[in-house]
Amino acid sequence: MAKVYFSAGLREFTGGVSQVQVEASNVRRLVAALDDMFPGIGERLSEGSSVAIDGEILTDADFESVPDDAEVHFLDILQGG
Amino acid sequence: MALTEENPGYKWVGTRPIRPDGLEKVTGKAQFGADLTLPGMLYGKIVRSPHAHARIVAIDTSAAESMPGVKAVITGNDFPDLAANGAHPSAIDISHNAIARDKVLYEGHVVAAVAAVTREQAAAAANAVEVTYEVLPHVLTVDDAMAENAPLLHEGMITKGVEPTPEQPSNVASRVAHERGDLEQGFGEADVVVEQEFTTKPVHQGYIEPHAAVADANSDGRANIWCSSQGHFQMRADTASVLGVSQGTLKVTAAEIGGGFGGKTVIYLEPIAVRLSQRAGRPVKLVMDRDEVFRATGPTSGTRMKIKMGVSNDGKLTAAEVWMAFEAGAYAGGPVGAAGMTVLAPYDIPHFLVEGYDVVCNKPRVAAYRAPGAPMAAFAVESVLDDLARAIDMDPIDLRLANAAVEGTQAAYGPKFPRIGFVETLEAIKEHPNYTAELGPNQGRGVAAGFWFNAGMSSSATVHVNENGTATVVTGSPDIGGSRQSMALMAAEELGIPYESIKPVVADTETVGFTDVTGGSRVTLATGAAVVDACRIVIDDLRARAAKTWDVEVDQVEWVDGQAQHVDGSQPPLSLNDLAAKSARTGGPISANASLNARGVGAAFSTQVCDVEVDPETGVTQVVRYLTAQDAGRAISPDYVEGQMQGGVVQGIGWGLNEEYVHDQNGNMENPSFLDYRMPVASDLPMIECCIIEVPNPAHPYGVRGVGEVGIVPPMAALGNAIKDATGVRMTDLPMSPIKVLEALNEQSD
Repeated sequence: MAKVYFSAGLREFTGGVSQVQVEASNVRRLVAALDDMFPGIGERLSEGSSVAIDGEILTDADFESVPDDAEVHFLDILQGG
Repeated sequence: MALTEENPGYKWVGTRPIRPDGLEKVTGKAQFGADLTLPGMLYGKIVRSPHAHARIVAIDTSAAESMPGVKAVITGNDFPDLAANGAHPSAIDISHNAIARDKVLYEGHVVAAVAAVTREQAAAAANAVEVTYEVLPHVLTVDDAMAENAPLLHEGMITKGVEPTPEQPSNVASRVAHERGDLEQGFGEADVVVEQEFTTKPVHQGYIEPHAAVADANSDGRANIWCSSQGHFQMRADTASVLGVSQGTLKVTAAEIGGGFGGKTVIYLEPIAVRLSQRAGRPVKLVMDRDEVFRATGPTSGTRMKIKMGVSNDGKLTAAEVWMAFEAGAYAGGPVGAAGMTVLAPYDIPHFLVEGYDVVCNKPRVAAYRAPGAPMAAFAVESVLDDLARAIDMDPIDLRLANAAVEGTQAAYGPKFPRIGFVETLEAIKEHPNYTAELGPNQGRGVAAGFWFNAGMSSSATVHVNENGTATVVTGSPDIGGSRQSMALMAAEELGIPYESIKPVVADTETVGFTDVTGGSRVTLATGAAVVDACRIVIDDLRARAAKTWDVEVDQVEWVDGQAQHVDGSQPPLSLNDLAAKSARTGGPISANASLNARGVGAAFSTQVCDVEVDPETGVTQVVRYLTAQDAGRAISPDYVEGQMQGGVVQGIGWGLNEEYVHDQNGNMENPSFLDYRMPVASDLPMIECCIIEVPNPAHPYGVRGVGEVGIVPPMAALGNAIKDATGVRMTDLPMSPIKVLEALNEQSD
């Protein structure tokens, strides 16, 4: 199962939980599983986040596979100059 | 130039050929945004708010409409109400920032526009538009905006990211936070704790070319736009949204661009020009003057930051607490999120709390500016690090080395770092002769470091092989930092033909696949990867054509040095020229497209050292020596990489020493010109010495990381630390202008 970490800013959706383990084959399914656990977080993650899987930051990565033991972080979408 | 890894034998990558856009630029032939003229074209003029905050009671355009030469007058009522259409809040903000509806939220906010036959007629008509305002109290800083009972810009703004959700609206759009460990434990383990508060002012990107757009609307609803932008696909999407039309009705062509630095990722003139053109039935040109650029386009945030950090006597950082409030300008969405993620990123700190607040105020909506958010945050933290190093009598680079993030470090913003080159930049500075050069009277030396993520995002490229064996490389990335040369160098390396045989082209929105903005230091990485992919498809095609010509299997053909070779040498090689000349006989023209959502983004680090001399009688700070070391991953075009490094430093010097928005009590900007908004010029500066570090990004075919932004992150702190070294005074408010330095020196001597 992947380990998903929540920044302090995301913990308003998780009731303060900072890390969960989720089994999902790709990012879209991972977000859906998280939304089942923490209603409302799915929309926030889908609209306003990049995802880092084992250190690689990806945007619009719905179908990116999530390895079994992956470390997953959701990050604010960044604006570059 | 110092390299940490050997060049693996590239022929073109890493060389310094003549830039492809150079001749047209130095001979005045390059077409910038304001250069286009169309038959029958009208000139537009914007009517802007003179108030920082006011309700629009009425707009009377009748006098303007009847004036000679006037062909169109428009107001906010000429645009769809996106809120009523259920649009996303960010789309509504973009629309209302382009042209005000019920309220103006900053001086310079657009309230109306006119188009007329001559510039003079347009200006006269703009003056004749009568706007009745109910002036409202305004807030200009985060302190004013966050104060209790502050005037509200948006009556419905409820702070996001706060638990429980506030019941009352405020000017605080959102809170971001990152934390790890136990702050109390961390500060308890410290031998020295330094706590300091910092403030910075809004500064502008200062691009030389003002915004410009020409729109030509057709009677069938379609329109062509030519504009100065960092991303014409983004301009198309946002303009279509504001106009309430399909993106497919708009064709946007990127003009040659005279600087952007993040500030040209935003629409301002484009929807106004299209609507004027639709109303007038003729093309319309809109060009800002410098006054408009300052008053009405996005600078970066002014900030207030509180930093507390602890260190043990052996130089290990034990804890950090960061509080930041960033001005967003008139609408939510300042760069405090990125500031919160970058502020501690270079260091491995076990216990920390970072809080950031996005605060609206009555100034132009902020826009991206090179590594948005990171420079202000680094100014604060890198200044405190300097004080910590002094407190424990440790070399400032050694302190950073003792705590530097390396591969596998859990970044303060979450994930673990892949291979990064921060340590290499620190070591390069420490080993450079500048670091131990003798200092003169009133001189001091300062060090600072910085981090930026860089970006990937979507890019497309097309490669056409011409009949004579040359190639055209087509991308959708406006060239603001030398990307055409980088694309040509990578294509030459892949195809095995001379750089001079490659013509790099930036195409319009109907000629190349979707491409995200030129921003986030992403183009050489992402668009470059698309170019490489397209070249490799072309090479596969060329091998297949050679195999067909020789009547052998394709796996018997290799592509080496720009020619097809049979693996056993049984056939005379076929050059790209040979294959291109006979392409019709082997299947038709040779070309390939590639599109991708880029992966493998490589983070960037920069470490810088500067020497300054402070005049104790005037407070003037002169930069006498400056060295910057930056991990480029791989410098595809070293000339341009150095240009980006130098440019970032110079903009940082301006930010640190001179630049600031000055407002009067009514919220009107008092220095909207380059005379009073003092950017550094060549005579103010020493040569900015560059040390390119190459720790190749393993996820990119040529090891690229991205170089456009991180160079602006360290300079303000490096300057502040050098002033501290020279004078003993810690400057905590940017800019560190002569009067402030003099005041600080006088306070010190009292």
